[in-house]
Amino acid sequence: MRSITELDVNGTRRAIAADPDRTLLSVLRDDLDLTGTKYGCGEGQCAACTVLIDGLATRSCITKVGAVAGKKIVTIEGLAPAGRLHPVQQAFLEAEALQCGWCTPGMILGAVSLLKRTPNPSDAEIVSGMNGHICRCGTYPRIVQAIHAAAKKGGRV
Amino acid sequence: MITRRDFFSVLGGGIVVILVADDSDAQESGGGARRGTNEPFPQQLSAWLHIGENGLVTVCTGKVEVGQNARTSLTQAVAEELHAPVSNITMVMGDTALTPFDMGTFGSQTTPRMWPQMRKCGAAAREMLIDLASQKWMVERAGITIANGKVTAGSRSAGFGELTKGEKLTLTIPSSAALTPTTQWKVAGTSVPKVNGRAIVTGAHKYAYDVKLPGMLYGKVVRPASFGATLVSFDGAAAEKMPGVKVVRDGDFLGVVAPDAETAEKALTAVKAEWKQPPADTNSREVFAYFKKNAPGAPSGGDLTPYTVAYIAHVPLEPRAAVADFCGDQLTVWTGTQRPFGVRSELAAKFGLPEDKVHVIMPDTGSGYGGKHEGDAAYEAARLSKAVGKPVKRNWTREEEMTWAYFRPGGLIEVGAKVDPDGTIASWEFHNYNSGGSGLQTPYAIGNKNEKYHAVKSPLRQGSYRGLAATANHFVRECYMDELAHSAKMDPLDFRLKNAKDDRLRGVIEAVAKKFGWSARKKTAGRGFGIAAGFEKGSYVATCCEVGVTNGAVKVLRAVTAFECGAIVNPDQLSNQVEGSNAMGIGGAMFEAIEFADGKIVNPRLSRYRVPRFADMPVIETVLVDRKDLVSAGAGETPIVGIAPAIGNALFDATGQRIRSLPMVPKGMPTAGSAPSAAV
Repeated sequence: MRSITELDVNGTRRAIAADPDRTLLSVLRDDLDLTGTKYGCGEGQCAACTVLIDGLATRSCITKVGAVAGKKIVTIEGLAPAGRLHPVQQAFLEAEALQCGWCTPGMILGAVSLLKRTPNPSDAEIVSGMNGHICRCGTYPRIVQAIHAAAKKGGRV
Repeated sequence: MITRRDFFSVLGGGIVVILVADDSDAQESGGGARRGTNEPFPQQLSAWLHIGENGLVTVCTGKVEVGQNARTSLTQAVAEELHAPVSNITMVMGDTALTPFDMGTFGSQTTPRMWPQMRKCGAAAREMLIDLASQKWMVERAGITIANGKVTAGSRSAGFGELTKGEKLTLTIPSSAALTPTTQWKVAGTSVPKVNGRAIVTGAHKYAYDVKLPGMLYGKVVRPASFGATLVSFDGAAAEKMPGVKVVRDGDFLGVVAPDAETAEKALTAVKAEWKQPPADTNSREVFAYFKKNAPGAPSGGDLTPYTVAYIAHVPLEPRAAVADFCGDQLTVWTGTQRPFGVRSELAAKFGLPEDKVHVIMPDTGSGYGGKHEGDAAYEAARLSKAVGKPVKRNWTREEEMTWAYFRPGGLIEVGAKVDPDGTIASWEFHNYNSGGSGLQTPYAIGNKNEKYHAVKSPLRQGSYRGLAATANHFVRECYMDELAHSAKMDPLDFRLKNAKDDRLRGVIEAVAKKFGWSARKKTAGRGFGIAAGFEKGSYVATCCEVGVTNGAVKVLRAVTAFECGAIVNPDQLSNQVEGSNAMGIGGAMFEAIEFADGKIVNPRLSRYRVPRFADMPVIETVLVDRKDLVSAGAGETPIVGIAPAIGNALFDATGQRIRSLPMVPKGMPTAGSAPSAAV
């Protein structure tokens, strides 16, 4: 099997040498040092590993790296270029929508993707759009509040 | 032992305040500030604070941040007394080489114990700065003020750094130093945002799972076939043919080390091992009868009502992780733990090293909930590192986390009472088997009580969990209070108030009833209302729930909690803890249960073990009762104890069905025969 030699991550072409069957999560974390993308379950149940692939929230723990070669990958490290926080990041801070923070990068990218599809979501749309994400500290109500606040400010990338 | 000179060589010049746990140590050290001595610090240090020549403040404490927001609340404590901006203060936490010894971050002790100590350090440093300004400017102390990181006397003004420049001044203070009265707080008691929030939302914060060292290898452990199994034989030849792979055996411990995570995974599956499995004592269906049968001195007979509580997993979203670097006789470990000093002792004992040869560093971790007390991942990483002579990373998988960690204990609880015609509880009998003694004692005024915890040899490894057994004991007590209220034909609120004499308990019950609108509640088909209250670890909680039941499917619609933990340190973060406790508590109340049989966990994955999600959330409201006249108690645990009984009581209200087992509705409302049997 031919190995994958390049990934488009956060607007930069990164040279890699990875078996195409490896998970995107492992390549991001272990090869590219992008540890903001988190492991939580390894079976797509918690969405802590969420990244954006061509703008859509995708679980990197069940995505093979071979499937995303040539696509635009955005991780949490790429969401605040030049240190300016994305409106969703800002909204999470303002709503204190985090405790331990392990789920937070995945939550934020999930919310960015949701707002792209649904710029002004209702509570029910947020719940159904985000229900694949687990926050074990239970900050769900604050996350809903943060997504509403980001929507009001136009939560685009 | 670290000396004062060492301290300055690490942190640079400036001033240092050392707080000693034992006041006699401070007196021996001679009271006033000292310049440039090389004497050792007193033995019983509990915290220290350094103001550098750049004016920045560094505070060291053995407490750790696990999501409960101690980093922010302790920073506030220093800012309050030192009159410095929060942004100028850095907390160094849980690093055994830099911070004073601490037993660990558990039992909601950070706020009652460490928080006042931080304030004392801040207050003493403030007074030292005033002394320095007084000496340097030759002005009376009384004319000097400090506000927002500036020292001012008349027209003169300076930042902290201008005063500490060129100094090497230390002051040892007793733990009895005076503090700003609660009513005059400016920073404490306010909703200071999470101090490291930005590092988290940008993905910059490095958790233990994220730590990498140069030349680091990846370790995996070949797990036994079942709990207690012993290693008969193994064949690691195929694994060791892989580039850079080494198989490590040490007794029943069998692991692999590889240059990258992928190879480690492949090597793990290539190792063939044969295990001898001991017979299992029991399983998750029969464990409740097992508890009773195996408790020495358990009372027999009697007319008690049995309740059961399942084992559950903590499921910290960051699983256990460690990187260990065994270099000669020096061991350095990065790991997510609530007890960095405990892990240091554990590792020192396991490897026969003096404690000062073991350095444990605890990066703020991806939650613990009482589940990260032990050094399992650290010990595994260290064993592998020692064997290969290189740093090794051991990141647990979710399945390992939900199998080889420890669990919240399961339990059988039997309860009985007699109630006088006026609603007074005349006698109370309560027996807890295995789940634990926390929150065992009723907070209601009952003359004749018999409350006992009966220890049992648990079939699963078990340990602390947020709130410990207070969750189980409150579930049973408060559901049974509801049973008594109904048999006495009294409103559940009135029945509680009739028997509650403690003013703080009454305070939260009345506050929650008011906010919830208890007396105005209107019963409709498929809806129910429940109330529960309690006391644990210095704080009081009362929760009301409304539930909806549709064709057996249960949804908690609204949860209101009143919480009182003395003087509030940070209202928004306190709300966050109360909300989070209710959200998390819904899992154990409704559907979380570890299933086990034949010495194996049956459901060690999130696809098989349901935790609360967005769709499970009710509307959550909190009422914070601020008692500025009382010392602040911790709040990370106790708010969780109210939700399960409040839901149980609401389900009874909705359906007339009393559910006496946690979780209550793993598959919706139980039908006849579907509930776990407590028959003994």
